[in-house]
Amino acid sequence: MSTNNNIAQARKLVEQLRIEAGIERIKVSKAAADLMSYCEQHARNDPLLVGVPTSENPFKDKKPCIIL
Amino acid sequence: MGEMEALRKEADNLKDQITEARKVVQDTTLQEAVAGTALVGRVQLKTRKTLRGHLAKIYAMHWGTDTKFCVSASQDGKLIVWDTLTTNKVNAIPLKSSWVMTCAYAPSGNMVACGGLDNMCSIYNLKGKDGNVKVMRELAAHTGYLSCCRFLSDSEIITSSGDCTCVLWDIETGTEKTIFAGHLGDCMSLAVSPDFKMFISGACDFTAKLWDIREATCRQTFSGHESDINAIGFFPNGNAVITGSDDATCKLYDLRADQELVTYQDSGIMCGVTSLAPSLSGRLLLAGYDDFNVNIWDMLKAERVGVLAGHDNRVSCIGVSSDGMACCTGSWDSFLKIWN
Repeated sequence: MSTNNNIAQARKLVEQLRIEAGIERIKVSKAAADLMSYCEQHARNDPLLVGVPTSENPFKDKKPCIIL
Repeated sequence: MGEMEALRKEADNLKDQITEARKVVQDTTLQEAVAGTALVGRVQLKTRKTLRGHLAKIYAMHWGTDTKFCVSASQDGKLIVWDTLTTNKVNAIPLKSSWVMTCAYAPSGNMVACGGLDNMCSIYNLKGKDGNVKVMRELAAHTGYLSCCRFLSDSEIITSSGDCTCVLWDIETGTEKTIFAGHLGDCMSLAVSPDFKMFISGACDFTAKLWDIREATCRQTFSGHESDINAIGFFPNGNAVITGSDDATCKLYDLRADQELVTYQDSGIMCGVTSLAPSLSGRLLLAGYDDFNVNIWDMLKAERVGVLAGHDNRVSCIGVSSDGMACCTGSWDSFLKIWN
């Protein structure tokens, strides 16, 4: 019966909301600090951020050397 | 009062509790926290390669792990595995159903998967004995289209579907191990956490959900978008989630603070986000839009710092290689482009 389905769904929703309400949360200041710290630590190894020198760019078409 | 009424009241109470609990830890905003950080300089990437070969719209692409190979799926009915350095096609796999919406590369490099309006996830073995690529398994049980799939290993894959569920499959037996139900709209996209313990899903109910794979539970639900979420990804350290929506914005949600930290939006952008990928450090967010462009955002400062303009139709998919060296975009114009 659809009413029983509706009640079953409502019970599941309440159960799920209980789980979500009960989690531990950290302060936004800590969350933000950790994101900033991660970005900073890995910035110099981020090729799209700092750029790739032509000589080290595997995607750059290298002009063939001509041996004279 | 009837049980239905009581349950509704309790649900509302719990929702209020969650809203309160999130406010309690909101001692600052990301914008305030990064006030002293300089904006990254203008990011200008160039197209280094154009991968030509598909004959119709490209709907999905996925980089292999620790490799310059990637796989793409097009509604021309083909999966193509590309060597992006040489632009050579390593494999061109004809599909039974041309209505493909997603593809994935196994971390091992041994398999690829795809699916779409056939409601199935087909797994292909790239390393078969006779060199031919064949269908290894057809994972069938979803009652709606397959919108996304991601391998956990050669033996497990997670799928998201228009039937509003996500499923963890045992590839060997072809059976469903776990069904993740809870979304109230089509699931459009999923991403696996860097430690492979969790995954996130974005759906047409405007929410993103964080799931614990082994416990088979939904841990957290994130709201705020005003339309379908089409794209989702993890920040590289696994502590935050980025979503892209038809409401023309992307959002960053922190998992441990359990709330949205910032929205990436611009009054000049009025079309939906189709795809997204963070750069290796997480500082840049590359997002593909319906207006044929990719916008590059400074993820901390929430400002646009670059644009990739080069496609002649919608950018449907985007990915950054695992070493962060290049970004690949796929488009309805039938081409893939490699940028750095």
